[in-house]
Amino acid sequence: MRAFIVLVQKEFLQIRRNSFLPRLIIAFPILVMLLMPLIMTMDVRNVNVAVVDLDRSTTSRRIASHIEASEYLTLAQTISEYPLAIGALEQGDVDVIVQIPSNFERDMLVSSPERISITANAVNATKGGMGMQYIVQTIARTLVELRGEKSPAKLSELVTIENRYNPTLNYRHYMIPALMIILFILICGFLPALSIVGEKESGSIEQINVTPVSRFTFTLSKLVPYWIIGLFVVTVAMLVARLVYGLVPVGSVGAIYLGAMLFILTISGFSLTIANFSETMQQTMFVMFFFIMIFMLMSGLLTPVDSMPLWAQRFTTILPPRYYIEILRSVYLKGTTIAELWLNFVALGIFALVFNTLAALTYKKQA
Amino acid sequence: MSDIVISVRDLTKRFGDFTAVDRISFDVHRGEIFGFLGANGAGKTTAMRMLCGLSYPTSGSGSVAGYDVRTEGEKIKRHIGYMSQRFSLYNDLTVGENMRLFAGIYGLGAKQTEERTVELLDRLNFSSERNTLVGSLPLGWKQKLSFAIATIHRPEVVFLDEPTGGVDPVTRRQFWELIYEAAEAGTTIFVTTHYMDEAEYCSRVSIMVDGEVRALDTPARLKQQFSAESMDEVFSTLARGAQRGE
Amino acid sequence: MRGNFLSFVKKESLHILRDKRTMLVVMLIPVVLMILFGFAISTEVNNINVAVVVSERTDGISDAVERLAQNDYFTFKGYISEDDIDPWLRSGKVGAVVVFASDFDRRKEQAAQGIDTKPIIQLIVDASNVNTAGSATAYLQSVLLGSASQQAMFETRMLFNPQMKSAYNFVPGIMGLIFILVCAMMTSVSIVREKEVGTMEVLLVSPVRPVKIIFAKMIPYFAISCIVLVTILLLARYLLGVPMTGGVWGIFSLSLLYLMLSLALGLLVSTIATTQMAALLISAMVMMMPILMLSGMLFPIENLPKFFRVVSNIVPARWYIDAVRKMMIQGLPIVAVWRNCVILLAMTVAILGVSLKKFNDKLE
Repeated sequence: MRAFIVLVQKEFLQIRRNSFLPRLIIAFPILVMLLMPLIMTMDVRNVNVAVVDLDRSTTSRRIASHIEASEYLTLAQTISEYPLAIGALEQGDVDVIVQIPSNFERDMLVSSPERISITANAVNATKGGMGMQYIVQTIARTLVELRGEKSPAKLSELVTIENRYNPTLNYRHYMIPALMIILFILICGFLPALSIVGEKESGSIEQINVTPVSRFTFTLSKLVPYWIIGLFVVTVAMLVARLVYGLVPVGSVGAIYLGAMLFILTISGFSLTIANFSETMQQTMFVMFFFIMIFMLMSGLLTPVDSMPLWAQRFTTILPPRYYIEILRSVYLKGTTIAELWLNFVALGIFALVFNTLAALTYKKQA
Repeated sequence: MSDIVISVRDLTKRFGDFTAVDRISFDVHRGEIFGFLGANGAGKTTAMRMLCGLSYPTSGSGSVAGYDVRTEGEKIKRHIGYMSQRFSLYNDLTVGENMRLFAGIYGLGAKQTEERTVELLDRLNFSSERNTLVGSLPLGWKQKLSFAIATIHRPEVVFLDEPTGGVDPVTRRQFWELIYEAAEAGTTIFVTTHYMDEAEYCSRVSIMVDGEVRALDTPARLKQQFSAESMDEVFSTLARGAQRGE
Repeated sequence: MRGNFLSFVKKESLHILRDKRTMLVVMLIPVVLMILFGFAISTEVNNINVAVVVSERTDGISDAVERLAQNDYFTFKGYISEDDIDPWLRSGKVGAVVVFASDFDRRKEQAAQGIDTKPIIQLIVDASNVNTAGSATAYLQSVLLGSASQQAMFETRMLFNPQMKSAYNFVPGIMGLIFILVCAMMTSVSIVREKEVGTMEVLLVSPVRPVKIIFAKMIPYFAISCIVLVTILLLARYLLGVPMTGGVWGIFSLSLLYLMLSLALGLLVSTIATTQMAALLISAMVMMMPILMLSGMLFPIENLPKFFRVVSNIVPARWYIDAVRKMMIQGLPIVAVWRNCVILLAMTVAILGVSLKKFNDKLE
């Protein structure tokens, strides 16, 4: 026990003496939580539209003004020739081109007119697709209005929509839990590994290996400080989310902390295991980066797991962040209880146990 | 039997095709200063690491303080101290913090730790440096501190791997005084060195060449055996046949 | 002197090649990223679990539910009671619940005739996932009520990416990230490591000029990046089917420029950092984060708040990714992105100048 205490004290002293770490541990979470929600938005807004108006009628002008008035669309320019518009699209000044054929208004009153052509830049598939949809809807509404027909928009009046748990569809509230997890992965994933490999490179680990301290004690002494730091990070992140973005967990804070305790332990244990197999910081860094990349991209932090093909969905069951993001999002936004999420907690518990046992077992005092 | 602290028979370590330590055998007696000599790459450090429970032998047997190096490495560690060739204390901790850390690891209580710390600092004339960061100390001081920490738990045997590499003659002298004091107090010293004048200070000396122990006796008798004036000559005679370079 | 320089390059290369694990990872990262973005990850919503609440199952409702079950976007999870709505949504069993009004059939008929237009369907969507919520409601409405198609009036074209693959958009981003990782991060860490271990001093007292030593260190990383570059281009072309009609050589030359810029950045970091840990953290914070967040790789630049849009101009990856996108996907020739090329060149010269100056100052 005494050995454990002095080892943990040593870790904290080392962290404190480092010129960089204390600042990192305090400033990084605050900065990330403050700035990232402003950046991380996949909302499709500001779709720049160019209208090529060959008709020059009331109808075509009405279409242009409705595009301008739309919340998501911006009327970038009215151009007389299609090739010019394509040039602007290639340069990225315009995302979608709407071409209204000549005599559109006249033909529309008589019979079926020539069709309106819409060209979207689909390099960014999401933006192209959504932009296209917005345009089609906007123009359809304009035409219906002009014809004075009973609006098919009435159809939507028949449906009421309740966006439960996030009525304003606030993208930030959706991303903040993911950001918290990214923070844990970066801080509690990289730092323990770097601290062990640092000891390998400086040689101090040999002085430890020649003492009778057990590998479990030593591993635990590396885990506990980052565990405490991790819990500090959760607290900071939750405070920033609350004070700056007004996001308060609907469910219990206890569930969030319990999940955090298990998740941080898991990720640190994983980190230590990697470190045990690495010789240099560079190697550790790249191997960790490889796994962290998969964790961040595949766990449903940024894109929905449900949208993945089946093989990929099956694969996500072995990724710990997948379970914690479910916990965080549902507790934060939906108020889901620990009892309802028990499977996720059990999964995290198992990961924590497995990785940390592995970390202790792969630590070789004698080669 | 209890007089023998380290006993080694046919101890061998291979890394792939390379035999770093080739069937070495020797005994070390309690209270001895046992010099472990050899050129660079002769296998000294590898042999020492096996005795300290840092490395598993490929074959052969050995015991330290009555424990098997093969199976009881962790028990051995309780009874030995070790000072690595490369300085390996924590540079970002102070002198006092390093002492406290290692005392704690060896299970010394708070009160005992304080007593030992004061005693060791006193002996090293270091008391004023207790709160100095180890990283900012000159090399000679670092090495004396390493030795002090290797003996903080009063081990039966202390292993020193080239403890005086790169320090000035005055510091080397002081260092050997520390070694003598420890030996007089009953601690067995197992020391590797490059410096042949230091070999003269040892009770007995073994000389390794190409992974094998080629000679083992007191310095006086070795000189006689090889009809040499100094240990330096003895060493040169033996090392001349070495196959492994630097 | 030339022989000396080459022997340094050889020493560095051997040093890098010996660390097989790092090499493996460096080669694997782009491949895995391409596969993930190409086949596993998608921002589009293509599966939503739906449950239905009804008071009685009429023909009209059965028809609607049948259409729902047939639709690829939805998985019908069954009929539930009103009390189950919250628990099912809360536990994530379903993403949306459709509640049909009582006497649905009759009221739908009336609505069609314009007699009664009170709501007949209530959609309750789990909006905690903003990505899915929006699309879910839009799709559900059209599936349930069979909205009239206005598509006939429009002729739509998706330029450059007719199959709407989101992977296309990510390939340039992956390139922008990987080269910084390999060139900037690896070189800076390896230079700082030599400083830390002390071998740098040994090298510096050798008769070779310090600048040459640094260049010798960079050459192997440059070579590795070239291999990675070729791998990415091959994968993009043959695995993801990115057209690249604009010509590969333009992309290649621009990438070489970007590689040099990354190496210069690595050198700059190595002159600032004194420990490997610091070099790693500086690389991660000052280079990786901005690339991920501000280069338009994941989040479109035009969506950023004004302040960040301005800041994004100094992120080299932004210009590189933008240019590669244009050349790779839109098929533009390199002259069409001359502005990006000039900016990148200017940045390279500036960074290289500053870091060489700092490096020489340190030696004094």
